[in-house]
Amino acid sequence: MGALYSDVILDRFRHPRYFGELDAPDAAHEDVNPLCGDRVRIELRLDGGRTPAIEAVRYRGDACAIALASADLLAEMVEGRPVREAAGVDRERLLAALQADIRPSRLRCVTLPLDVLRGALAALKVTS
Amino acid sequence: MTLGERVRADFPILERTIGGRRLVYLDSAATAQKPRAVLDALRAYYERSNANVHRSIHTLGEEATELFEAARDRVRAFIGARHREEIIFTKGTTEAINLVAHTWARPALAEEDEILLTEMEHHSNLVPWLLLARERKLRLRYVPVTEGGHLDLGALDRLLTRRTRLVALTHVSNVLGTVNPVAEIVERAQAAGARVLIDGAQAAPHLPVDVAALGVDFYAFSGHKLGAPTGIGVLYGRREILEPLEPAFGGSEIIKEVWLDRVTWNDLPWRFEPGTPPIAGAIGLGAAIAYLEGLGWDAIRVHEAELTREALARLPEVEDLQLYGPEDPEARLGVVSFNLPGIHPHDLAAALDSEGIAVRAGHHCAQPLMRRLGVVGTARASFYLYTTPDDIAALVAGLRRAHELLGVGRLRSSAR
Repeated sequence: MGALYSDVILDRFRHPRYFGELDAPDAAHEDVNPLCGDRVRIELRLDGGRTPAIEAVRYRGDACAIALASADLLAEMVEGRPVREAAGVDRERLLAALQADIRPSRLRCVTLPLDVLRGALAALKVTS
Repeated sequence: MTLGERVRADFPILERTIGGRRLVYLDSAATAQKPRAVLDALRAYYERSNANVHRSIHTLGEEATELFEAARDRVRAFIGARHREEIIFTKGTTEAINLVAHTWARPALAEEDEILLTEMEHHSNLVPWLLLARERKLRLRYVPVTEGGHLDLGALDRLLTRRTRLVALTHVSNVLGTVNPVAEIVERAQAAGARVLIDGAQAAPHLPVDVAALGVDFYAFSGHKLGAPTGIGVLYGRREILEPLEPAFGGSEIIKEVWLDRVTWNDLPWRFEPGTPPIAGAIGLGAAIAYLEGLGWDAIRVHEAELTREALARLPEVEDLQLYGPEDPEARLGVVSFNLPGIHPHDLAAALDSEGIAVRAGHHCAQPLMRRLGVVGTARASFYLYTTPDDIAALVAGLRRAHELLGVGRLRSSAR
């Protein structure tokens, strides 16, 4: 049964690095997966430098292991990176990082955090 | 040998393996597997009698019409309706409920009128009324669900008002398995002057429905949950209520005469079946009912009650498992919902699938009930006549392994 969820997913699910919330986020976004009702929220804080970069990322959610692991990996990919670079993270990169054979029926579990991140980045642009 | 073991050979799909393991199909409440009798009926129809119904003046057309209308008669007898005009073929339960909303409720209900629903409704008996309530400025009220998973009938007298025009509720909950006391509710609702619609999607596959004895005004169910193909369902409506109604959708079949500026309507039940109906689906439904009746409803009920007892007795062997719904197996039917704390139901379902065990997980199209239970979703095992005690044993073993794999204590990083 170990083959079902990759070691990466199980590790991120059991020992998340970026789960939580930020004190004073510069942007936050939340969305649900209508198929299952899962909810993910991502918060971002900028470092205030001349080329805006993401100083901190946290996420929360009532969601499955795949969605939570995806959010955790995504947070790691973008924390400390310039906003423009964060916006370039795509599904393929996230899928590669998961090292798992994600079935079509669970693909939305991976893309939900990605869409939420994009929503948060869009909110940044509006407010900054 | 249990009924489940005896009839398994009648269901070809149960011979399938999933990743080399025996298929343990515990998702019959979503859709039931099809007995060979149904598959044969469909094949025979398409290979020998396929034609459009009602207007084809040739041998195949007459055969198709005869088979199609014979299916209607079988459905009439199956649910104890008095007249064949009361049996309208639809796409399924959802369309049947929407049909009542459009044909009867929309013209009959006025601003401030009330529809009484319950907190345990499937979205298909909720969203049509939300839509109509918005359009017609109606008020929706809800019978609460108790901690024990029953409807709070004590609240009924307060909730049934002079303005209550319709009470619409499920016969059996698709999440909790609760069998609702429909006859009592019908009596109290009708005494208050309301019509009653019953969503029978989870009841019709398991028990002989008797609409005349229940006294309901409308009863809806789907064929595919009792072994028929998808795309066929039934709306029962009392003849005197249906008779004056106009059709919801225009098209052929529903008309008597058409001019360029006017139209007269066909008789019941065809007035509500526009276009070419699901002919094969109806024939398949007739075959499914014949198959179930051949086995006997008593045998099916005894077997399924035994499965429910077995599941409720054995599932607590899984450490930390949270069960939902009535504790008394006699008060429920067909489905058992559960959660393992800290494990998302989709992960649970995926873990079980890797062992060939098919269960449903999520909100089960009952989001208000999920909120009432305080959960995002549940995992749900559901049974049918071909389910065996071995299937339940496999579920219990699979859940234990899923608990080991995913159920470790989760450490959460805190915000910096």
